[in-house]
Amino acid sequence: MMSASERERSTRAPAGETRVLFRRIDEPGLASIETYRGLGGYRSLERALKEMEPDELLTTLEDSGLRGRGGAGFSMGKKASFLPRGDMAKFICCNADESEPGAFKDRELMQKNPHQLIEGVSIAALAAGAGWAFIFIRGEYAEVADILERAVAEAYDAGFVGADILGTGHRVELVVHRGAGAYICGEETALLDSLEGKRGNPRLKPPFPAIQGLYGGPTLINNVETLSNVPHIVANGADWFKGFGTEQSPGTKVVSVSGCVQRPGNYEVELGISSRELVYGLAGGPPEGRRVKAWFPGGSSAPVLTAAELDLPYSFEAMADAGSMLGSGSIIVADDLVSIPELALRTARFYHHESCGKCTPCREGTNWTVKMLERVISGEATPMDLDIIASVQENIIGHCLCVLGDSMAMPVGSMVAKFRDEFEAAIKAGRAAVPRPLDESATDARPVPLGAGA
Amino acid sequence: MSDVPEIRPTNEMSAEERRRLVESMRPEDAEPVPELHEVDVPDELRERIEDAMSRYPELRSAALPALWAVQRHYGWCTRDGLRQAAAVMGVTPAYLESLATFYDLFRTSPVGRHQVLVCHNISCWMRGGDELLRAFCEAAGVDAHQADHGGASSPDGQVFVKAFECMGACDIAPMASIDERYYGPLTEDDARAAVAELRADAEAVPGKALANRAAAGGPEPEPDPRVALAEQGGHHPPGADAGASEQESQ
Repeated sequence: MMSASERERSTRAPAGETRVLFRRIDEPGLASIETYRGLGGYRSLERALKEMEPDELLTTLEDSGLRGRGGAGFSMGKKASFLPRGDMAKFICCNADESEPGAFKDRELMQKNPHQLIEGVSIAALAAGAGWAFIFIRGEYAEVADILERAVAEAYDAGFVGADILGTGHRVELVVHRGAGAYICGEETALLDSLEGKRGNPRLKPPFPAIQGLYGGPTLINNVETLSNVPHIVANGADWFKGFGTEQSPGTKVVSVSGCVQRPGNYEVELGISSRELVYGLAGGPPEGRRVKAWFPGGSSAPVLTAAELDLPYSFEAMADAGSMLGSGSIIVADDLVSIPELALRTARFYHHESCGKCTPCREGTNWTVKMLERVISGEATPMDLDIIASVQENIIGHCLCVLGDSMAMPVGSMVAKFRDEFEAAIKAGRAAVPRPLDESATDARPVPLGAGA
Repeated sequence: MSDVPEIRPTNEMSAEERRRLVESMRPEDAEPVPELHEVDVPDELRERIEDAMSRYPELRSAALPALWAVQRHYGWCTRDGLRQAAAVMGVTPAYLESLATFYDLFRTSPVGRHQVLVCHNISCWMRGGDELLRAFCEAAGVDAHQADHGGASSPDGQVFVKAFECMGACDIAPMASIDERYYGPLTEDDARAAVAELRADAEAVPGKALANRAAAGGPEPEPDPRVALAEQGGHHPPGADAGASEQESQ
């Protein structure tokens, strides 16, 4: 039987922000090591070094149920436990390439609280037995990378990373590596290739990076927000962490809300909060007099949901059940003034531009999807083209080395499925707007098929 | 070298011409790794690249930092700059060029002194990103179509404008990255003011800098009771006092 407090937890829908990672986010000077330490920072690292064995660390992370915050939502502790034991060179990479349209949570976390991440990276390196740690930050975030580099230098000086961490003999070298503008490098194996100094092309899996990753060695790859959670879990324990969120999605989540809302920005909430509370309560909803037409729950790669689905709880499991995904936790709202075919075209153009070209279904599929959607808008399409668009999307999904192609196919496919009437109306309106000289000359004679000859 | 056919599309060649072309392209003809004495590397550039090479377990990982160093030194990835970096790193210029053409932030042709990247992805587009791009183009005197397809520089060589994919700042949509700093939300007036400031070598629109923006949720709320308890040290992780709490519950 459930106790009263358990029953209360399972039925309670949390409201408003619950700040853990974002606690005191605008504290002046939080990016400096003095302020961070003054607020209790780096105590978790000391605890991890002096009071805990690496196995105990791994167990705590696994017990916490922390799921990756970068998109896939895989258990962080489980991923770390996949790394083989033994004294081969192991690596940890923090994925700070945050390039998903609509995602900007890692940027604010690193810009304002870089030491929280560095502490998390250092602890995770200890748990995984990694001697090298890399933070792969996208090249566009130059000002954030500057802040991060300053913070890393401070952490080296204070002995929280480097050759002999706090005199315990543990060694973790930490390098901030700047990308140079390629969405594909957010994919973990492309990230590794890029870090090795190559063009960012995804690798065939298996072997997975945990077995054979950077420079061929076992590699743990985690997102900024995932690693920023680690100091809190080590400080307060797995059970404390599980006290937030839902059973399958424990913890808090920094959610980026953008698009047609009055207060776009990052909000840290308990997973399981109602999506309506996020979009309307926190972000203010669409401007006065307008209403939500569609929303992406997990960045532009996620299949869109409709206004009716705003009452779903915002959690990994509820979004998956609705046929979409929580992804990196980035909500993009489109209101009733936004044309869905135009939105589909913008989305498709992005993935077409970013496709690395290695796999044919993605390279060609994104290209033809863009061309077909352009035809829908320019009036050269017929309703039959919608079926072709849908079938192209189906033929991309699951047929490539990485999910970049799927990331276009899923949202575009969902838009065609859920807003087909709007696409049909756009095709009709487009055709009506284009003058067809054949129509005028064809009153008596039937149109001559091209190539029939005279 | 005189027997090498002139370069033209292969589909316009006869089979015989194609065969001769393929035969003329031997691996040993590829540009080799330049020797350091063959290039004139500025000391500052060389130091930056060598510093990057010392930070990684493997040398090639320094390729992106080396290209950044070249671009910062010359303003873009010049042919000479690539050869210099290749000589310092001990790789072929073609290898570095293959990277410079893959990554969007590297420029492989000359650009204006100041760089304006305007987001045209969905979150910015829904909030007026296209109009913002047009305003930047008009103010700088840049062709909007060119800006949207690879970027273009103003006739006076001062400002380079390019439409760019999502830069991870949809909270300040519509936004632009100006000389690697983020600004937003920008109006069309801001765009005109920014271009004028850039021409005068002043900071674009300091009031709209992302760096000064507070979290969207407003002032720090009262901490959640569970967070407050943990901060007071009232919460003890399992292991530390597991035995004690079990005794209490009995």
